[in-house]
Amino acid sequence: MQHELSSPTIDWPARIERGEPPSLAVWKFASCDGCQLSLLDCEDELLALADRVSISYFPEATTAMVAGPYDVSLVEGSITSEHDAERIRQIRRDSALLITIGACATAGGIQALRNGRDVDGFTSIVYAHPEYISTLATSTPIADHVPVDLELRGCPIDRGQLLQMLASVLNRHALRLPTTSVCIECKARSTSCVMVAHGTPCLGPITQAGCNALCPSFHRGCYGCFGPMESPNVGALRAQLGTLGLDGDAIFRLLNTFNTGAFATAVEEGST
Amino acid sequence: MDLVQTDVATDRWVLRGLDRLIEALVGRFDEVIGPVVLDGVVRLQPIESADDLPIGIADEQAPATYRLRRDASALRFSYGLGPDSLKSLVHPPRSPVWTMRRRDGSLVVDAAHHPTHERAVIGARACDIDGLRVLERTQTGGDHADPAFRANRNGLFVVAVDCTHPAPTCFCANTGTGPSARDGHDIAMTELETRDGAVYVLRAGSERGRALIDELQLERASSELIRRAAREPGVAARGQPRSLPANAPLIAKLAEHPQWDDVAERCLACGNCTAVCPTCFCTDMEDVVSLDGDGATRVRVWDTCFSMEFSRVGPAPIRGSVTERYRQWLSHKLGTWHDQFGESGCVGCGRCITWCPVGIDLTAEIAALAAPAEAAR
Repeated sequence: MQHELSSPTIDWPARIERGEPPSLAVWKFASCDGCQLSLLDCEDELLALADRVSISYFPEATTAMVAGPYDVSLVEGSITSEHDAERIRQIRRDSALLITIGACATAGGIQALRNGRDVDGFTSIVYAHPEYISTLATSTPIADHVPVDLELRGCPIDRGQLLQMLASVLNRHALRLPTTSVCIECKARSTSCVMVAHGTPCLGPITQAGCNALCPSFHRGCYGCFGPMESPNVGALRAQLGTLGLDGDAIFRLLNTFNTGAFATAVEEGST
Repeated sequence: MDLVQTDVATDRWVLRGLDRLIEALVGRFDEVIGPVVLDGVVRLQPIESADDLPIGIADEQAPATYRLRRDASALRFSYGLGPDSLKSLVHPPRSPVWTMRRRDGSLVVDAAHHPTHERAVIGARACDIDGLRVLERTQTGGDHADPAFRANRNGLFVVAVDCTHPAPTCFCANTGTGPSARDGHDIAMTELETRDGAVYVLRAGSERGRALIDELQLERASSELIRRAAREPGVAARGQPRSLPANAPLIAKLAEHPQWDDVAERCLACGNCTAVCPTCFCTDMEDVVSLDGDGATRVRVWDTCFSMEFSRVGPAPIRGSVTERYRQWLSHKLGTWHDQFGESGCVGCGRCITWCPVGIDLTAEIAALAAPAEAAR
């Protein structure tokens, strides 16, 4: 499996060099909380993690809150309101290191389905009092608003990647995330190809590895939640999905759910 | 492997059903691996008895398609190759290299141990056994032999089965690697259907194989069975529609040809072909560090030349386009492999054709590359 070298330069303050644990904050924007739960799911490693960081702000886990600034901020969710756009700018100012976790934060999430559509129309249908709703016309990734030091993809993120990322930040070693396809992980774990052997539509060949091919291991096609791999040939896969019997609408929906627009962007940027 | 020339040429034994052979293997080895139907695919898996093997299973293979169906036979090997070659047994997807721990202010490195793993594999096909030999040359032939490969290979007892039902995607008759096992096995069998069910005509390929046959106290095969067994490879070879031309090594090395762009339009660069290839061996190193920063593990993991990052040298990938990466793979597999290792890297198993999600067929690509570049435009 191939990896992209992505280790942010961290100039820890002197108190951390002396052995004081870095402070950690976990923030939520437009999202389902699933990625924060992935952190709480690290049951076997939570105690080791609690020894290495001082959890200063994590409302999902504790009501105890310490005011900033913070050494490390994990950010879940996308920006969907003017208030959130301002909030992320403040968090950026308060954070030495800002790391986005999950498809909402890195690609706008499912809620980016609104982008380019009639959002006022949606709110008038969904809410009894749409006049109380203050929202942007778009759902956008955090990196569209502030500089981001590291991104973990996925819906939800992979627990192993989260731990490796935290270990790399805390111990200052290079973090290497795969940029290759999910197929590499299917083959490495001996999962039979759901597309070739079962005719199941799958986005694995154009999706970035990192989940250890979770869905195909349960006989389901990959739905692309880790977003485009390093050189996604969306056109060629689209043709094969058609051969497997999907019509244009079904292919569009498959490509535009958990990473809405990310694969379309990949096509525009030229896949090869 | 120690070849017993005199026996191989003449001696044949007969085995009715596989129970006794597999029982003996299970008793003798730490693990016995064989074909098992799993999720609609014939995979190589640990087995405990002959009952674990498929029976009356046929396959249908085409570019990007693999399906199993039932047939009425009592045969255990009535299908072509599944996605697993013998590569995973000797060159696994993940292989530990070392662990490092902090101790008393210094770093202590422990190299991974590679004890010989005594394993038997039953049902290996000739092309895969040849793939094992090709892979062995790449991993142990130079100055820095891989100890993990050596240990895995030395412990492997190979029971081959002559391939009687090749898939239309494979072309061992063309590459000269099958369908009948010639060497590299300990025991080889030909499976025949008779009124009494499946019967196996056995031949020994090594001293170890001969010793096992002797232990089982098998009968000599009748001349009728020996004649029938001898006919099977010819029948299997005639059923193979694909081939590579004799000048494939030269064609694959054509640096400039519009066909490379053409195939890059279709290629997903997903790496499935290299993963299922019995001889593709490229790897990367992965370091996993503990949260407390006091321990690290280095693991060797399969990589693929279809990855852009795989070709990163210094600041940028040297094969940034899929055109360059497909060309790298095919020209190495069929062309420069000869320069590097003195033979082709392709054993004609056809897995890269079946398991390519978009059905790219290297034999068709070579045919297109063989056409003059002007005609292809």
